[in-house]
Amino acid sequence: MKKVIALLTTLAMALTMCVALTGCNEENKELLGMSESPLAAPTLEVDYTVPEDFKIGFICLHDENSTYDLNFLNAVDAIQEAAGLTDEQVIIKTNVPEGDACYTAAKDLATQGCDIVFANSFGHESFMIKAAKEFPDVEFCHATGTKAHTEGLDNFHNAFASIFQGRYLAGIAAGLKLNEMIEAKEITAQQAKIGYVGAFTYAEVISGYTSFYLGAKSVCPTVTMDVQFTGSWYDATEEKNAAEALIAKDCVLISQHADSMGAPGACEAAGVPNVSYNGSTYESCPETFIVSSAINWAPYYNYIIKCVVNGEKIDADWCGGIAEGSVVLTGINQDVAAEGTVDAIKAAIADLKDGKVSVFDTDNFTVGKETLTTYTADVDDMGDYKPETEAIENGAFTESTKRSAPYFDLRIDGITLLNEKF
Amino acid sequence: MQKAKNSKISVHIVKRSPQPWYIGLGVRAAAVILALIVAGIIITLLTDKNPLAIYASMLDGAFGMDIRVWSLLQDVAILLCISLAVTPAFKMRFWNCGAEGQVLIGGLATVTVMMFLGDKLPLPLLIVVMTVASILAGIIWAVIPAVFKAQWNTNETLFTLMMNYVAIQLISYFLKTFVKTGSGVLTPMEQYGLPVLFGHQYLLNIIIVAVLTVMVYIYLKSTKQGYEIAVVGESENTANYIGINVKKVVIRTLIVSGALCGIAGLLLVGGTNHTINTETAGGRGFTAIMVSWLAKFNPIFMVFTSFLIVFLQKGSQQVSTDFRLPQAISDIVTGIILFFIIGCEFFLNYKIVISKNGKENA
Repeated sequence: MKKVIALLTTLAMALTMCVALTGCNEENKELLGMSESPLAAPTLEVDYTVPEDFKIGFICLHDENSTYDLNFLNAVDAIQEAAGLTDEQVIIKTNVPEGDACYTAAKDLATQGCDIVFANSFGHESFMIKAAKEFPDVEFCHATGTKAHTEGLDNFHNAFASIFQGRYLAGIAAGLKLNEMIEAKEITAQQAKIGYVGAFTYAEVISGYTSFYLGAKSVCPTVTMDVQFTGSWYDATEEKNAAEALIAKDCVLISQHADSMGAPGACEAAGVPNVSYNGSTYESCPETFIVSSAINWAPYYNYIIKCVVNGEKIDADWCGGIAEGSVVLTGINQDVAAEGTVDAIKAAIADLKDGKVSVFDTDNFTVGKETLTTYTADVDDMGDYKPETEAIENGAFTESTKRSAPYFDLRIDGITLLNEKF
Repeated sequence: MQKAKNSKISVHIVKRSPQPWYIGLGVRAAAVILALIVAGIIITLLTDKNPLAIYASMLDGAFGMDIRVWSLLQDVAILLCISLAVTPAFKMRFWNCGAEGQVLIGGLATVTVMMFLGDKLPLPLLIVVMTVASILAGIIWAVIPAVFKAQWNTNETLFTLMMNYVAIQLISYFLKTFVKTGSGVLTPMEQYGLPVLFGHQYLLNIIIVAVLTVMVYIYLKSTKQGYEIAVVGESENTANYIGINVKKVVIRTLIVSGALCGIAGLLLVGGTNHTINTETAGGRGFTAIMVSWLAKFNPIFMVFTSFLIVFLQKGSQQVSTDFRLPQAISDIVTGIILFFIIGCEFFLNYKIVISKNGKENA
């Protein structure tokens, strides 16, 4: 019933949109459009032959309407094409909630003869583990999870990407945009404040906004940031409200770690530049979109399929970086981004690649006005919420090396959390 | 005055006398078949898929494997349990739209007990505490709007809806406070779950709901309290006149409703998921309203209507998997089928009389 109502509403909205769109679009402004991506997804190298009876199943929390899930589904299309898999070999289950339904879906896929079952949402993990124990011959791979390295199952694996590097690069684009505003005297250097819409006060989000902030700070030293949490990974209304609240608090640029179009949409309506996540929002927000970082899951899919086809072991934790093609950027919207953004990002990519720059270098940030020399992080997710692993090595926080999922959860100076209730 | 006098057409809606059961069954069957044909035409127009293949896929999604059948039965059981819960209130014309929140709060009570007493109590005692806590929580959530309705005649629809939001926020708060990583995901506590009978995780849930169905049927049909509910529903004045204490009946009925919702929460959390989030009830609190209405508040019919709804859901999910169609397409099919079924109920109860005569002021 709710869905039917939603459907009708959407239809009505779509109609209004059509009318509205024909209404505007009259002035003919010269648009430069999107640049080439400085960090595009590489071509997948498939150096193995997939047997005809091979099957892989995918479990997604939502469907293509969520930018998060769309990012996974696009990668599925990419690997399916590259590895020459048929639709019968690639089974996709969407809208699988984080509960027993995930266990049922995983068992369903395994029973259908899938060699690999992949799930994309954090809350799927325990239910994947439960299914993995029942099907020892099927490989269960889980994105964003934390338990594979302590669970000790041969057929359960976690994966992530060093997306903090992508966030850092996107942060540079944000910082340069702030510099442009400062130079144009639209704001003072002290007013260079970014607003960030986060889902939960969770390491994945904290690591994301901190690396984004550090990227901005690397080019705009006076930048500060306000973070507003929504308490949900996907809530278009809350994300829109949060973005509007941040804009009202004089944030001159917005970014987000939440999966709907809520925040980018609010930015387009208010004319505030937006650095996006999970993929381009240029199509719907051409006047405010700057750039988006995203995890490209296709290299991981390629890796696990190769392992299964060749009979090799899949790593318990796999974290793809820039080199693997797991961290990507969209093109840069030259109508919004500051001049020289593409070149600055290209230079930073080179620095990250050869290790000249480390995102979480302890020289780049302070906690309580002090430089960090030691920090124990909660890497082993045993349900005790007790940190046990030293994360500072050689003057930097070693993100995503002790396990694939991020564990940077420090509150650094310069970033204000507006509502830590979530 | 218009001049077209001689061809005045008037349309009346006239209530039918009750139909024999086989006509009712035949009309409903015809409605389903008609719905499938219309849905088939729309599928063919919107996509290039063969509608027959789509129906085959729906059947496959619901019954294709052991695990799918179990999952179907489990979902039917939970939806049926919540439908049973809303029914006494609806029969009394108390528009309880708060089943979602009552289920969630029952689930929250269950998960709280599992979390804090799980390692302190032996399992049988723990389950007793879980059951009592979930039922009490459900009752509290239902009785608050009932008391306000009985004492001050507040609008129960709005009140119960608001209680849903409170329950959802309480769950968010619970997850924020006790999941210290901040992920908002509580690791399932399977070790403290309800017992698994004969190796089938969902069997206990199914049995419990089957028993409840019979009990609610008897309660509504053959007890004094059930009769009082019917009288209050038909006319409060009559109820007052024959000496029924309406306030008491309202509150007592909502206690029954809330307790049943609490049990649904217990089954969802203790029996199925072993964890909780704001999506645990998954909108079933609202779907249950439709299940109950479609079955005309008869618990035995509700077995079929909840089965129908769950079958459509499972089937449409399989369709979107098999044909890589957006879920919206399968939701459209579901919508069409429900539209026809609800429509046929109208035509079973009423007939449209079109008279074509020149009567004045017809």
